[in-house]
Amino acid sequence: MKLRQEILKVLEKNARTEWKELAVLLDAPEEDIRNEVSAMEEEGVICGYHTIINREGTEEEKVSALIEVRVTPQRGMGFDSIAERIYKFPEVDSVYLMSGAYDLMVILTCKNMQEVANFVSMKLSTLESVLSTATHFIMKRYKDHGSVLAKRYEDTRELITP
Amino acid sequence: MALPLNRQVLEMKPSGIRKYFDIIQGMEGAISLGVGEPDFDTPWHIRDEGIYALEKGRTHYTSNAGLMELKQEICAYLQRTQQIPYTPDQVFVTVGGSEAIDLCVRAMLNPGDEVLIPQPSYVSYEPCVVWAQGKAVIIELKEEHEFRLQPEQMLEKITDRTRLLVLPYPNNPTGAIMTREDLEPIAKICVEKDIYVLSDEIYGELTYDSKHVSIASLPGMRERTIIASGFSKAFAMTGWRLGYAVGPAAIVEQMLKVHQYAIMCAPTMSQYAGIEALRNGEADVNEMREEFNRRRRFLLHSFEEMELPCFTPYGAFYVFPCIKKYGCSSDDFAMRLLEEERLAVVPGTAFGDCGEGFLRISYAYSLDNLKRAMKRLKRFIGKL
Repeated sequence: MKLRQEILKVLEKNARTEWKELAVLLDAPEEDIRNEVSAMEEEGVICGYHTIINREGTEEEKVSALIEVRVTPQRGMGFDSIAERIYKFPEVDSVYLMSGAYDLMVILTCKNMQEVANFVSMKLSTLESVLSTATHFIMKRYKDHGSVLAKRYEDTRELITP
Repeated sequence: MALPLNRQVLEMKPSGIRKYFDIIQGMEGAISLGVGEPDFDTPWHIRDEGIYALEKGRTHYTSNAGLMELKQEICAYLQRTQQIPYTPDQVFVTVGGSEAIDLCVRAMLNPGDEVLIPQPSYVSYEPCVVWAQGKAVIIELKEEHEFRLQPEQMLEKITDRTRLLVLPYPNNPTGAIMTREDLEPIAKICVEKDIYVLSDEIYGELTYDSKHVSIASLPGMRERTIIASGFSKAFAMTGWRLGYAVGPAAIVEQMLKVHQYAIMCAPTMSQYAGIEALRNGEADVNEMREEFNRRRRFLLHSFEEMELPCFTPYGAFYVFPCIKKYGCSSDDFAMRLLEEERLAVVPGTAFGDCGEGFLRISYAYSLDNLKRAMKRLKRFIGKL
């Protein structure tokens, strides 16, 4: 279990860490690490490996929005079935069940504002159990998944100290 | 007419790392593995507490010994980590662990008193002892002992003027540690020969195989040990200049007298930040320790691959590879490495003559940085 947590700690920061390097960093046999990672993929502990992209540096323009959704939970299903209806849309990045003033937080990425508007008015709001939506556009990403975007780390220490 | 300068200060040779610093300063694309401080910034909740202290106008002196709240937290911390029951009158807050070292020898030594200093070790012990009118007696630690102090080595150097032993573990520059088993015979000698110990435990939070053991936690040692420690390495707080001294009240009281006249008190906002560090910083320390440990393994593995011999260090954030097989001095090796590969390390001799044949390489750098540095080192070694 300890190895599992140690693997996750390294992969969470850098999913591209190679097997060989993982074995050195964690002082464990490569074989064990491979097995552990496969097991975690199998069990759904590791659900994917993604790249954090700072869109400001790319040609391709994308618009992200965060939508607060209030819904009527369904008997026997709670929020699960409506959440599934929503997360099946490919443009949806994340869906979270929230405590507080609204129920589901939906984050989506589209080509432009028009697409977001269409999604909300044509697809999301028209779902029967959706009571209301409030859409917020993301204007600038400073930090995402633990990575600070756009600003490089600068070592400001004295170069040599005792 | 001669300048009015103190002879002992004048005669002290300056730190051996200065010339490297001057060269690397003007160098394009150089990588340094030469620093003695964490690369992490101080955890934000600790910084926030410092900011809050400023905001609230905590910009005045504290009492000479430091904030009572902080002293209590230090006691609680030593109880928690070392099971040593100190009371606040045995503690005071200093400007970094280095001030505690200076005060300790100044308060304890009479002219001609001898102090045992194991080397390679931190650069300040010897000058501080000399300026306190003491006599520095060097014990040369050996790689074959993993740079742990051997009781026989200590016995050899003891005279009837020996007052104090400096115990610099976990060690800068070697990364060596002393386990309880290693400390027991040393403690026994101290008790028998009535020798006091200045235990520099600034790297005490950074051990990778077992928890650090303070010699003060051994039977009969609390009453003859002064612990100098601080926040710099454990909480990545070097720039806050915050440390402490702990020991028998009668000694601490005299150290405090010097502190009172020379310093007044440690920086107030730093002291407030220090309280937060001790109360809520444990998780940060664990996180940083794990990261250091991964880098330590990476470096040792890289050395193995390039067949650079290095004993396995279990403390601080340094490795201390041996370069004797290349037949050049530490200084030449380090200078050529800097000039030819633009990679700065510190020659072992900066930490005592017996550091000859070794290099101090710090792993207080990101893994990416270390990877780039190891490529350069490998290429350099290939040319030798």
